[in-house]
Amino acid sequence: MAKRSIVPFGPQHPVLPEPVHLDLVLEDEVVVEAVPSIGFVHRGLEKLVETKDFKEYVYIAERVCGICSFGHGLGYCQTLEQIMNLEVPPRARYLRTIWMEMSRIHSHLLWLGLLADAMGFESLFMESWKLREKILDMFDATTGGRVIFSVNCIGGVLKDMDETMLKNIVDTCNEMEKELKPIADAFLREYTTESRLRGLGVLPADQAVLAGAVGPMLRASGVAYDARKLGYAAYGDLDLEPITSSDGDSYARCEVRIKEISQSFDLIRQAAAKIPAGPIAVPVKGFPKGEYFTRIEQPRGEAIYYVKANGTKFIERFRLRTPTTSNIPPMLNMLKDCQLADVPLLILTIDPCISCTER
Amino acid sequence: MSSLKFIPFAGTALRNLFRKPVTTSYPFAPAQYPERMRGHIEIDIESCISCGMCARSCPPGALTVDRAAGTWTIQRFDCVQCGNCVNVCPKKCLKMVPGYTTPDCTKHSDTYTRTTPLPKPAPRPAAKPAAPAAQAAPAASQAPAAKTE
Repeated sequence: MAKRSIVPFGPQHPVLPEPVHLDLVLEDEVVVEAVPSIGFVHRGLEKLVETKDFKEYVYIAERVCGICSFGHGLGYCQTLEQIMNLEVPPRARYLRTIWMEMSRIHSHLLWLGLLADAMGFESLFMESWKLREKILDMFDATTGGRVIFSVNCIGGVLKDMDETMLKNIVDTCNEMEKELKPIADAFLREYTTESRLRGLGVLPADQAVLAGAVGPMLRASGVAYDARKLGYAAYGDLDLEPITSSDGDSYARCEVRIKEISQSFDLIRQAAAKIPAGPIAVPVKGFPKGEYFTRIEQPRGEAIYYVKANGTKFIERFRLRTPTTSNIPPMLNMLKDCQLADVPLLILTIDPCISCTER
Repeated sequence: MSSLKFIPFAGTALRNLFRKPVTTSYPFAPAQYPERMRGHIEIDIESCISCGMCARSCPPGALTVDRAAGTWTIQRFDCVQCGNCVNVCPKKCLKMVPGYTTPDCTKHSDTYTRTTPLPKPAPRPAAKPAAPAAQAAPAASQAPAAKTE
């Protein structure tokens, strides 16, 4: 048996956008075991729910993460709407869907850029983020913020979109779809990127399910599971099929995410065509009492929101299970028997969001 | 594998050599902000009635309202531009305007002081219609109360 050594990886590493630490147990260059430790960016946001008005907490919920911010606000609002039996107006549900899909495009393009950067493909990284700027500009024009949107409220949304805005969004989506093609080709059809990704970190479907993988990570292993099929917001009215790939390797995860960007363009077009007129919010009366679980599909996978309210303006317990929390165990499975040089890329393929995970 | 290309990105890379930069040369070119941008809060202090709704509903606690002095103070570096104060303001004297605030080395606050006195509050409906002096009483008790606050 070769001599074992332990290499610390992170919390600061060029490939990691956020801090996670792994102790990599190596035999020569091969990883035998990876021991994760998190807790570098814990902010106690769940605990804060006990001292903030439940309506104000929406602004804190969306600050859990800078990339999935819209989804966190949406998940929290949906949970409270269920507790308080509020019927969200159809227009608000469609607007939420459009913003949620814009978030997905923005998150996946960010991930594609990071992947290109991790491979050392700097110009592809720039191209991906150049495209992402258009989505951020659209967010800025429709919500007033590029990263933190503050448009969700309990009972609906705070801002409406007029016809011009919706048309601009659809036009920009059409334009972006054309610009995405050369980028997608560079990821999926180029010899160098394919040889870097193909066959790396294979996660078979049974292992993915057993380890609790969610989102694109699970779908890349061939399991057609997408929480959007539950039909929350306006997803029930839209034509949507989960995108899967059967290979379960890093290439498949990249392919699934690129196809999901195209799917999101399509969903935005469908929603913009079907959006009904009407009010965008219903008034909230009284205080919530009861508890509820909600599941939504964040760009990185399924997220679970739990709220327990006691009839006062302060909520008793808020729990958020983020996609990265679920994706860490399958990541540790993937890291076994891989080369040390592949570790950064494999960590990146789960699209880790440590700030979400630690809250 | 037959669909694999050797260097499909070369075309994009070559075209980029002859394109203009996609970024603007800020600060030489002015930044363009969309109309809805949540840049910073501005107040029309003369319309403010110092009700304190904004201060009570500010998630980071960046606002202070002093009813007696007629001031409205914002800690610019604590404000997270959520816009909650704008939504709850009953007089709609707060507004979110585009453009970022200027950076600074120290945390500072901006205080706005109302120059005109508050209009007298409308007389409250009397709790018991039997009391004839009920209408005059709130206005008379309001003035000394404002001084002591």
